[in-house]
Amino acid sequence: MKSIDIVIVGGGPAGLAAAVAARKAGCDSILILERDGELGGILNQCIHNGFGLHTFKEELTGPEYAGRFIDQAMELNIDYKLNTMVMDISRDKVVTAMNRTDGMFQIQAKAVILAMGCRERPRGALNIPGYRPAGIFSAGTAQRLVNIEGYMPGREVVILGSGDIGLIMARRMTLEGAKVKVVAELMPYSGGLKRNIVQCLDDYGIPLKLSHTVVDIEGKEHITAVTIAEVGPDRKPIPGTEERYTCDTLLLSCGLIPENELSQSAGVEMSRITSGPVVNESLETNIPGVFACGNVLHVHDLVDYVSEEAARAGQNAVKYVKGELGTVSDSTKGRINLVATDGVRYTVPSTIDPDRMEENLTVRFRVGDVYKDSYVSVYFGDERVQHRKRQILAPGEMEQIIVKKQDLLARPDMDTITIKIEKD
Amino acid sequence: MEQRFLTCIGCPMGCQLTVEMDKGEVISVSGNTCKRGDIYARKEVTNPTRIVTSTIAVKGGDKARVSCKTASDIPKDKIFAVMKDINHAVCEAPVKIGTVLIPDVAGTGVSVIATRNIAKVS
Amino acid sequence: MTYDVIIIGAGVTGAAVARELSRYETNVCVLEKEEDVCCGTSKANSAIIHAGYDCEPGSNMARMNVRGNAMMDDLCRDLDIPFKRNGSLVVCIHEELLPGLKELYDRGVKNGVPGMKLLTREEALAMEPNISDDVKGALYAETAGIICPFKLNIAMAENANQNGVDFRFNTCVEKLTREDDGLWHIRTNNGEYTAKYVVNAAGVYADVFHNMVSEQKINIIERRGEYYLLDRTVGDHVSHTIFPQPTKYGKGILVAPTVHGNLLVGPTAIDQEDKEATNTTPRGLSEIAEKASENVRNLPLRSVITSFSGLRAHENHHEFILGEVSDAPHFIDCAGIESPGLTSSPAIGEYIGNLLRDKMSLTEKANWISTRKDVLDPKKLSIEERNELIRKNPAYGQIICRCESVTEGEILDAIHRPLGARSLDGVKRRTRAGMGRCQAGFCSPRVMDILARELNLPLTEITKSGGKSNIVLERSKEVTE
Repeated sequence: MKSIDIVIVGGGPAGLAAAVAARKAGCDSILILERDGELGGILNQCIHNGFGLHTFKEELTGPEYAGRFIDQAMELNIDYKLNTMVMDISRDKVVTAMNRTDGMFQIQAKAVILAMGCRERPRGALNIPGYRPAGIFSAGTAQRLVNIEGYMPGREVVILGSGDIGLIMARRMTLEGAKVKVVAELMPYSGGLKRNIVQCLDDYGIPLKLSHTVVDIEGKEHITAVTIAEVGPDRKPIPGTEERYTCDTLLLSCGLIPENELSQSAGVEMSRITSGPVVNESLETNIPGVFACGNVLHVHDLVDYVSEEAARAGQNAVKYVKGELGTVSDSTKGRINLVATDGVRYTVPSTIDPDRMEENLTVRFRVGDVYKDSYVSVYFGDERVQHRKRQILAPGEMEQIIVKKQDLLARPDMDTITIKIEKD
Repeated sequence: MEQRFLTCIGCPMGCQLTVEMDKGEVISVSGNTCKRGDIYARKEVTNPTRIVTSTIAVKGGDKARVSCKTASDIPKDKIFAVMKDINHAVCEAPVKIGTVLIPDVAGTGVSVIATRNIAKVS
Repeated sequence: MTYDVIIIGAGVTGAAVARELSRYETNVCVLEKEEDVCCGTSKANSAIIHAGYDCEPGSNMARMNVRGNAMMDDLCRDLDIPFKRNGSLVVCIHEELLPGLKELYDRGVKNGVPGMKLLTREEALAMEPNISDDVKGALYAETAGIICPFKLNIAMAENANQNGVDFRFNTCVEKLTREDDGLWHIRTNNGEYTAKYVVNAAGVYADVFHNMVSEQKINIIERRGEYYLLDRTVGDHVSHTIFPQPTKYGKGILVAPTVHGNLLVGPTAIDQEDKEATNTTPRGLSEIAEKASENVRNLPLRSVITSFSGLRAHENHHEFILGEVSDAPHFIDCAGIESPGLTSSPAIGEYIGNLLRDKMSLTEKANWISTRKDVLDPKKLSIEERNELIRKNPAYGQIICRCESVTEGEILDAIHRPLGARSLDGVKRRTRAGMGRCQAGFCSPRVMDILARELNLPLTEITKSGGKSNIVLERSKEVTE
């Protein structure tokens, strides 16, 4: 069996950034396995601008951002295989993959980086009643058809969900000549960026209906109309608020789910909140030498953060291969648990081993609701060490705090760090 | 005296801004909670601009469409004029990121450039 | 051309009759209004092979059910399709309803159902730990099984086609008359057909055709059943098919594993007045969740990947109407085929086949082929065999549907075999591409490309399920390509 130091599953923004960082950290045996026909992942279809302000200090489109990383990977001669599907990852890091030319093959990896990204929540998972005709697309599928293949799904569009992909597609369809009649959002707030609401909807006079959902889909063969209704605080439709919209296309932008079927079959411990792996400060899963980064770990809103996180996963994988990462102690001793509570839904990472952490560790999290004029508080044990006033916190925006290694080493008996939202 | 209402795009607050104007001049901005709101409002009411991103038909390439963008902001009221030119344009593969596909689109003085590479296929 | 037999409907009943008739020296044609086989009731049901204990003793239903069940092992082996006798449990959760279980058991004995056993609460829980803690007793039937209804329907139709039966799709029967020439003249949207015999296997439309030719009117009610399909990660929540105790509306909301490893929950039973009302409803979907949870605990409804609904062809007397219509000679009904219709289909095929053999004095073909091969599933091969396959045909190395690991090779097989797939749903029913957790989000553009290439059609003409179900409307941009 062929042996490779670091096998990276996925050649999107996370996989590319992990590979580039791992090469720069001195690993010369890296292989990216990409299921699509080109590197760059979903960025290739995200042709709008707004990427890269943090990473490159300029505003790029998705393909341009991907292009920068692909160029780096090429310059660094990083090996990759396209149209290659990873079929299985075993607990002892044997990666089984398949493509047309190599057939089914196995690689013994010293370290594996999971970078498979995420998928869209399909209609079925949303329990929208009605018929099941043609003309219903997840927003990303429509984005691929319009932006890569050059086909229009339809001319009269209703969008359910105001996540960024849905908002971006509202503008794309409008610019391509379609009429976007309404964007309905189940929640009382949009999960999308304000900038996208203004520049994708307001610019074109597209109404956004918050606290609304689709309650019926008409059309036996092709969609002909949808009915949307207002929902109450229980998110159940309120009778009498129904409005019918004729349309030939319904786009769904109702959330993203990390794609972790491979991780699960490998025995990686999963978080029920993020649907991604549970990782420690090194972005390492419960299986030593298996790392996760990008949207397979938790869904990000900025690709810049994906790149940054993935670079850390790449660097840590190199340390692991070289035997420099240090072993995780079996006992919980010396390991600090991060507790997300009072409005904080989760943290990445979930645990910190102070001996293995960098000088400054970025802990990312999301809140579960909209909070105005509130504080993000960090407790070391019972001691409140951070208390930052924030005008607004929203579920759609990933938040972060920085934890310093010296602070943790100074508290050898501490076993929990709590992050919570406080009113005062 | 004229009033314009805007939503600030600076952060998730989305402050509702009110701009008072007189003969095209900004008199005051209110509703903002930080300086960014003021700057945004003044620009948005006097000279709103946007980057337009879309695709252009390609002949002889490994893909039928190449993604593109205006190389810099164009006036907001020119968006559909720009799209009209983009929708009628055809380019030949190969295309490289940055290749000018339409010089001076819709009389804006701004060019439309490719944002991805398209390989030529025989 | 005049056919000896025309079958109306390419659902599981029509396909079963077609396959049986293909044994004989006779010419047969199946007319189907949809673009493919298995587009009506046959595609949206519980996918269960029933044991047969709940049918009225002496009824057609009882006979066909028990006979169909017994035929299933050989049939599925011959047709190379998955079938598993996972056994079923009828769960009783109210002490006062325990006598009902015994009644079912007794009925099963009368119907000739083998392998039944009344279980105590403890025995039931030991057999199926996730049934409700309220369980008071259960009826176990070891012959109950699970099957892929698409594959059963498709396989019987394909096998019939291999043996010479013609299929005409997108062909909707509009009028039927028996003329002085002694032939049935069948007007369709695609021209007129003539036949000596007509078999009415039209599912929810069976009453329409019956009533065109007979004064003894029948009425088929479309009884809608809605379902949830859950992801394979929770497919082992139960290993047996779990039924509540039956009511006059049917067998109730069941929870069952599928042969593909998913979990199926449903159906509701709500009478409709529209033969195409296959929509799901808020009421139906919430009823499934509520009722299924009475019998199975911790039902993982978080893992729902899709919901769908089907229409049972419920005849007023809840009985299969099988055989020649008394005032319409040479018109053979297969009407009222609701549950246990899937189970009964091979038996109905056999019964109608024998009937027509005797009426027409048909002789068996010398070269009848009893077997067919399913779409090759590389997952069943060893790595070495798989690599050999990929070397010969690299399309088997290219995964198209990630969720179900379906390769391009399988999709090409599905398109180019007899009665091959012509739409996304056709590919899905033959290969499972698009049936997984992302519900075709990733693979549908790729499957569309393959269909367009192989069928030599523009992408705009590729449909989800025939008719006007085109997926994309037009090319973008105002340029000529």
